[in-house]
Amino acid sequence: MDRIERTIVVPGDILSEDEKRSGEGTYVKDGRVFSLLYGLANYRDNRINVIPLAGKYVPAPGDHIIGIVKDITFSNWIVDISSPYDGLLHISEFPKRIDMEEMSRYLRIGSSLMARVKDVDCTMKVELTVNDRRLGPIKNGRLIEISHTRVPRLIGKGGSMIGMLKKELNCNIFVGQNGRIWVSGNEDDMDLAIKTILIIEKEAHTNGLTDRIVEFLGGEKGSRS
Amino acid sequence: MIFMEEKISFIKDGLRLDGRRPDELRPIKIEVGVLARADGSCYVEMGKNRVIAAVYGPREVHPRHLQEVTRAIVRYRYNMASFSVEERRRPGPDRRSYELSKVGREALEPVILTSYYPRSVIDVFVEILQADAGTRTAGINAASVALADAGIPMRGLISSCAAGKVGGEIVLDPMKEEDNFGDADMPIAMTPSGEITLLQMDGGLTIDEFHEAMELAKSGCRQIYEVQRKVLIERYSQLEGERGEQAEVTACD
Repeated sequence: MDRIERTIVVPGDILSEDEKRSGEGTYVKDGRVFSLLYGLANYRDNRINVIPLAGKYVPAPGDHIIGIVKDITFSNWIVDISSPYDGLLHISEFPKRIDMEEMSRYLRIGSSLMARVKDVDCTMKVELTVNDRRLGPIKNGRLIEISHTRVPRLIGKGGSMIGMLKKELNCNIFVGQNGRIWVSGNEDDMDLAIKTILIIEKEAHTNGLTDRIVEFLGGEKGSRS
Repeated sequence: MIFMEEKISFIKDGLRLDGRRPDELRPIKIEVGVLARADGSCYVEMGKNRVIAAVYGPREVHPRHLQEVTRAIVRYRYNMASFSVEERRRPGPDRRSYELSKVGREALEPVILTSYYPRSVIDVFVEILQADAGTRTAGINAASVALADAGIPMRGLISSCAAGKVGGEIVLDPMKEEDNFGDADMPIAMTPSGEITLLQMDGGLTIDEFHEAMELAKSGCRQIYEVQRKVLIERYSQLEGERGEQAEVTACD
């Protein structure tokens, strides 16, 4: 399938003698590129990126995430985004006008929501927004959590994996960059979807995964009908 | 009594009490990902030392006043279990473990990119389950692998090892008898590129002996680094390897 060279590296491994190839998860010292992380080194194009195998989610502007409300203040919902930092959702970011007294009618403590990271400043104050038709409180379906480092694999190159899953599983799936995933569909489909996603999480570091998942889904469906 | 101890020769026919050559490490065993609830963890055996390290974070800082606005803080706790030594040790921190917590933190902090995670803390817990001289170095080795396992950005893995002087000869990785009755003990920690992040010494060495011990300890660190690296790589090399399964490497040449 894809013929990208992937190797497992540990922090401090030399990746290249050419400092221009330094990508994400690397650093340059004395004109040479070293790995910063324990993860998979991708030798793609003329850049080398290291994708970590573990680690905490750090929010970046534009990320779509799934959060859980953990507190409500005068005008903000404080949202747990499974990161070292909390997200802040201001009422003005809600698509319609809400009175301060009525905040908990829309999002209570414990409610889940899909949101976009609007801004992150250098002290890691994370501002969220739900001002988009696709975003907002989650009312049905199921939520699962995987390591955020597996999200790129779950989405696949240009959305190949997630597109296939949505089609094959007959489910609506929203993947948050922070590793939380919302699945909605009928009960049996959701069961299979969650099972599949957990397999992808476990085998994210292996090659030819999309093909194997297609095979797996074929088998599961065959046994069901 | 002391005179009797003096009579025991530490090196006989070029071999030490436990049969090692002077420049030989004790057998090392490292396992990664031994704790399910920690973000990163590692278990290390260096000879009769048994050490477990757990890393949590980056996470929110409590108490809040310790927080740094521009970088993550690193907390390192070295703790000896009450059953880790022959005579029961009173549990809880003491002068010695405060010191080892401090030097352990200072050995690891220079390679961690703390600026990636402002206003957070990286907690490292090192528990000594069984001690046989050289627990600080074993603890640092375990903590360094656990940090990598937790996905924390680092400039390199830290490896740590001691050299000592016993019966007039410089030896690598002294065990308990050599440490207790030897003339000097010098633990160091270093990055793969040879930068020293820990250097302590008790006892006395001449300048020449110091240089000899330093070279010996560095070569020990390089051997340990190879084991640390191998364990991490092999953990994910097994294709269908389940998460939490332990890669295991025993290095004793």
